[in-house]
Order: sequence, then structure tokens, then C-alpha cells
Amino acid sequence: MHPLRKQRLMIVIFIVVFSSVAVGLMAYALRENINLFYPPSKIAAGDVPHNTRIRAGGCVKPGSVQRASDSLEIRFLITDGISDVKVNFNGILPDLFAEGEAAVINGIVTESGEINASEVLAKHDENYTPPEVAEAMKDKGEHQKTCEGLKYGA
Amino acid sequence: MAWQWFHRLGSPRWFYEKTTPWLPWLATLSIALIVTAAVWGLAFAPADFKQGNSYRIIYIHVPAAFLALAGYYIMAISGAVGLIWKMKLPFMVMKSAAPIGALLTFVSLVTGSIWGKPTWGTWWEWDARITSMLILFFLYLGMIALQQAFQHRDTADKASAVLALVGMVNIPIIYKSVDWWNTLHQPATIKFTSKSSIDPSMLYPLLTMVIGFYVFYALVLLLNTRVEILRRENRTQWVNDLISTTNKRA
Repeated sequence: MHPLRKQRLMIVIFIVVFSSVAVGLMAYALRENINLFYPPSKIAAGDVPHNTRIRAGGCVKPGSVQRASDSLEIRFLITDGISDVKVNFNGILPDLFAEGEAAVINGIVTESGEINASEVLAKHDENYTPPEVAEAMKDKGEHQKTCEGLKYGA
Repeated sequence: MAWQWFHRLGSPRWFYEKTTPWLPWLATLSIALIVTAAVWGLAFAPADFKQGNSYRIIYIHVPAAFLALAGYYIMAISGAVGLIWKMKLPFMVMKSAAPIGALLTFVSLVTGSIWGKPTWGTWWEWDARITSMLILFFLYLGMIALQQAFQHRDTADKASAVLALVGMVNIPIIYKSVDWWNTLHQPATIKFTSKSSIDPSMLYPLLTMVIGFYVFYALVLLLNTRVEILRRENRTQWVNDLISTTNKRA
């Protein structure tokens, strides 16, 4: 390779490496802020500020959903397999909200460690399955791995 | 000998004449693939057992996002080749790739938003994947703006090549954002190292659509680049000859 071209190649490589390192360091420093939500174990451990708006994310614990009969009020537990956190919500849930599915909750952590949610979002998984296949797998008990399989970088 | 094809790329005329017969083939192939995949994916692929029919937007969303990322690499690598070898053609490719990439990024953001409302329950959330994709959109827009911002062609090309190279760091971040951080967006479905978590009956139309988008991208990039070649070489004899023969035929 011509020496002049080699020099210009070095400049190009320098630009790419330098910008990657700069952005990498920034992302590393801001990693807590880039995370969209806190896992329940951090909330249970008290690492999350009380009485300010935060997001929590976890799996809706199967069997924990309690609905009021006369209003939209709902209570449930979210878990990351380590700790559970109680969520109170009064509003409309997304269609994909279900027990054993992940959810992201926007709300305020009270002094008692519960979340008063103002918004509940469904975090759906990356699996796409036709109904017949899902039905067949359910019979064998292989599908629907519940919250135990979930990791949220706790 | 091995480098001959590469040095020929230094000649926009050679490239223009070489690619003329490719266009009808690429056009036919891309339309055939995209129409096949659309009918297959929208009408014949089964519904998802949780999301129902709303998941079918995947057949636009995923291919558009794939090409938005791949297109950025094409743009940045052309810029690097232009910087290193001082060739004209790579800069023309780089300039032509920017608006296509911007459009594809916009399509994937909009389809993602439309998909997000019924599944997540929100149009927009500032999570790592969505935000880094928005940054990609602004990078593409920045490329377009920077091309217009300079009087001198050379300066504009060099400046935007540097921007393209700096912005390249964003591509692996977009790709890995769903694994590195907690996001609302789900992790990758199509995996290259292990089994994809999508049923084959839904996967094959998706892969067909992805290939169709690649061919379509190649076609649009070629068409854009050819226009750019004619625009930048408009003082040369061969372009004038080409225009006069075309006019005579018309």
C-alpha cells in the first residue's frame, strides 16, 4: 500500500477507535441512567429513591393479580426471581398484560416499599408462536416458562 | 491483477456503464421477493398466539431496521474508502446512501411506534433501543445537511465521511442495546448463533422480506448513485454524449 494511503488509513482507524472509546466510556458512566427500569430486588433492597417517579420492571408473579370487582383497581406482585414488589394500579392495562409476562411500571415507591403505579406497560418477549404450536407445547408443559427464567441484571 | 476491479471503481463512467444492465434484473427480483413475502407473511403465515395479527407489522419493521443499520455501514465504509484512496465514486455512494438510510430508519421508528401501542401500551418510551435508533435517524439527517452545508464538493465529502465514521459506533450500540441494558424493547428474535425464537412458518416469509429489502436497497442505491454520477460529471464528454443520444432517441 502506498505510504500516503497507509497514513490516511491510520487516520480513519483512529477516528473510529477514538469515537468508540469515547462513546463507550460515556455509556459505561451512564449505565444506570440508560437502564429503563429498576429490577424488584433493587427496590426491595432500598436502592431506589422513595416518593419520586421511577420505573420498575419485572415479571408479573403468577397467581398474584387481584382485581377489584367494582373498579379498575388492580394489585399484583412483580418479581425478578430474587424479590417481589407489590404494585397498586388504577387504570387500563395493555392487552398483553398477563400473569407470567413481563411488565414495566411507571410510578412512585412509597415508604412501605410498594409502588403506586400511574402507568403499566407490557414488555412482551421475543418469541413468536402460532396458536396451534403454543397449544401443543402447553400440553407438554414446556412452554410458558414463568418468572424464574427471567434475568434483569439484578 | 487482483486489485484491477478496485481501481476501475475509480472511474464513475465505468461504474455507470457496467451497472446499466443490472437495473431491470434488480428491479424484477426485488419486486418479486417483496410481493411474495408480503402475501406470504400477511395472508398465509399464522397469527401469533399472544399478539394475534398485530405482530405482522414485523414484516416491515424488522427488514427496514436491518437495512437502516446495514446501510449505515455501507455509507461509512464508502466514506472511509473515499478518504483513503481519494476516489470520486465512493463519495457519491456515501452521499446517495444517506437519504435511503434516513427513510428506512424513519420507517422502522414509525412502524415500531404503531406496533408499540397495541402491544406495550405506549407509542414511545425513551429506552435504549428506541433512543439509539432515533440518534441514527439524526445521524442520517446530519449527513444530508452536511452535504449541503459546504460550497466545495471536496470539503463536504470529507466532512461528512468523518461524521459517518464517528457515527458508526452507534450501530453496535443499537444492535446490543437490548442485551446491555434494561429496555422495553424485546431482545433479538432472529439469532445468528442459536435457534431463532420465531416459528419457521413465520420466519421464512420474514427472511424472504429481508432479502427482498436488501435487493431493493441495492437497486435504490444504484439509481441514486447513477444520478449523482451524472450530476457531478456533467461537464465530461461521455455524459454529454449520453444525454444527446438519449435526447435523439426521445
